[in-house]
Amino acid sequence: MPSPRTATYRGAVLEALFGEMRRDNSVILMGEDIGSAGGVFKQTEGLFAEFGAERVIDTPISESGAFGIAVGAAMTGQRPVFEVMFGDFITLIMDQMVNQAAKISYMSAGQFNVPLVLRTAVGIGGNLGPQHSQSLHAWPVHIPGLKVVMPSTPADAKGLMAAAIRDDGPVIFFEDRMLYNLRDAVPDGDHIVPIGSAEIKRTGRDVTLIAIGRMVHTALAVAELLAKQDISAEVIDPRSLVPLDVDALVASVKKTSRAVVVDGGYRQYGVTGEIAATVTEHAFDWLDAPVLRFGAADVPIPFSKSLEPLVLPDAEQLARDAAALVRGLR
Amino acid sequence: MTTNTLDRRTSLSIFERMLMIRHFEEAVIELYKQGRFVSHYHIYIGQEATGGAVLEALGETDLICTTHRNHGHIIGRGCDPNRAMAEILGRASGFNGGRSGTLHISDPSHGFLSTSAVVGGCAGLATGAAFGLKVKRVSQVAVGFFGDGSLEEGLVIESFNIAALWKLPVVYVCENNSAGAMGPQQGGYPTAITATDGFTRLPAAYGIHCVKVDGTDIGAVHAAAIEAVGRCRSGNGPVFIEAFTTRWPGSSPLWPELATVTDLEAAFDPARIVGPHADWSRNHDPLLRAARELVASGHASRDELLARDKDARSRIAAAADFAIKSPMPAPATVGDHVFA
Repeated sequence: MPSPRTATYRGAVLEALFGEMRRDNSVILMGEDIGSAGGVFKQTEGLFAEFGAERVIDTPISESGAFGIAVGAAMTGQRPVFEVMFGDFITLIMDQMVNQAAKISYMSAGQFNVPLVLRTAVGIGGNLGPQHSQSLHAWPVHIPGLKVVMPSTPADAKGLMAAAIRDDGPVIFFEDRMLYNLRDAVPDGDHIVPIGSAEIKRTGRDVTLIAIGRMVHTALAVAELLAKQDISAEVIDPRSLVPLDVDALVASVKKTSRAVVVDGGYRQYGVTGEIAATVTEHAFDWLDAPVLRFGAADVPIPFSKSLEPLVLPDAEQLARDAAALVRGLR
Repeated sequence: MTTNTLDRRTSLSIFERMLMIRHFEEAVIELYKQGRFVSHYHIYIGQEATGGAVLEALGETDLICTTHRNHGHIIGRGCDPNRAMAEILGRASGFNGGRSGTLHISDPSHGFLSTSAVVGGCAGLATGAAFGLKVKRVSQVAVGFFGDGSLEEGLVIESFNIAALWKLPVVYVCENNSAGAMGPQQGGYPTAITATDGFTRLPAAYGIHCVKVDGTDIGAVHAAAIEAVGRCRSGNGPVFIEAFTTRWPGSSPLWPELATVTDLEAAFDPARIVGPHADWSRNHDPLLRAARELVASGHASRDELLARDKDARSRIAAAADFAIKSPMPAPATVGDHVFA
């Protein structure tokens, strides 16, 4: 059997961008240092050479103004992919995102749309300190009108980016910069992953691990640890936070009767709480234990190598707690 | 007294827009007093010459974004007053099905993209629309209307920089209506909230072509707008127009009130102007001024203007009637259009 075609997570997103820009002239890229510089994480490398300055557009360091302009351009026929260099900086564009992009369709009774993708890189672990390491995906998910996706694999990164660009509304696309060099199978050519569909990454019967973005890989490691204790864990990746594939999550939990939610964003008021509550509402009678949730510690992400790992969910601790859950000790 | 060198057709067309705006606004206040709708709302009275003349200068396919003081731009653009009033009353037949109310009216059939009720928000959208036009290599322009308060927002300044850098076909119309000014003023600028004594200095710092104009002078505003639109269409980049008006006495910072009720005959008979706000009516009301100028220039007779006034009143009365009789949105539609 031939080995499958592979690409890195970074390269997979690029494949989607190349594909969609070749397919549709209205797709344009906007952001800081994305043009001839190719992006600070090389995440736009090669696009400028092929599509030029008219479609790969460097903006000033004016996230709010430039994003407002992207929204206006989207309302008048363009399909901007707007990049915010660090996920922490979405704070600078929240007004344009929340009060304009998310509401234009509703406020105009569907007469105007905002077909726009906001892509940004998040993720703890780069020794980047408190203002460059946060995963703030819990901010846009609170706002009706925004779709929010967070791929965990190269294939999903490609397929979800293509789907996001083709979507007629605003899609917030969170990439984990710590996954950029992850290499895995990626379908060649056109590849679409529908927004709003979860994927079961590993089947199991004793406990469901619902994991977001990079935490999917942590959850798979936890499942391995649990397997050594004869505990069969199912790992499910929602892939999209809005819309959330509630049916898939609930079906899994009804099968296993236990759930653990794992995320790389802050735990307090985070997406783990929403997912735990949703699962509980829909599968209360099937649950044998309270839903557990793990997120980043509720502290600013520290810089030091000795401190930063402490704020992320730890696979061994997760495995211990999940095992206790299954054995009825929690 | 006048710089009005407009021809008869143009003058009357602007005057017509102004009449419709004025009576629309008076009807809005009346409907509010009657309890026909509940909301916070903003009145355009006193600025009709600016909106009327700028909108006269635009082409049919040009694009417009505006701010919360939007009724004048909607009506002045020629959007259906029935549907505009219905929207303000939250009715199903409103432009946006009752989802936007007064604060967010849009009408794609007239290139009316958006009303942003976040101060300055329209600057980003108008600049973006201009960017979209430039990418498409068409000769349309985008216009963003906003008040003087918008110059306090960072987004607006960022938009200026990008519009200038990319030479975008956008006309910024800053309507300096002194409405936010509750404190001491110097040269038309509220000293308590802005350190500049000239808003045009801000866009000018980015090389944006700036024009200051008397916002109650239809000839001056129209000339400035024609020049601005022409510059944009020729690829010369953005233009900033600052139009000065004197705050209408009814523009209470909290709730508008009908401080003056338009009596067009007062344009020709100063003795009819009485009461506490006589100075505003006599010296600052753009509608009365335009009427005087039209007659003085020989473009129209007094009776012709009065007949037009009557006609505008009846069209606005019909709009109010349409809105009142329109059904409220169906409850089942509350979740429609959240996603595209």
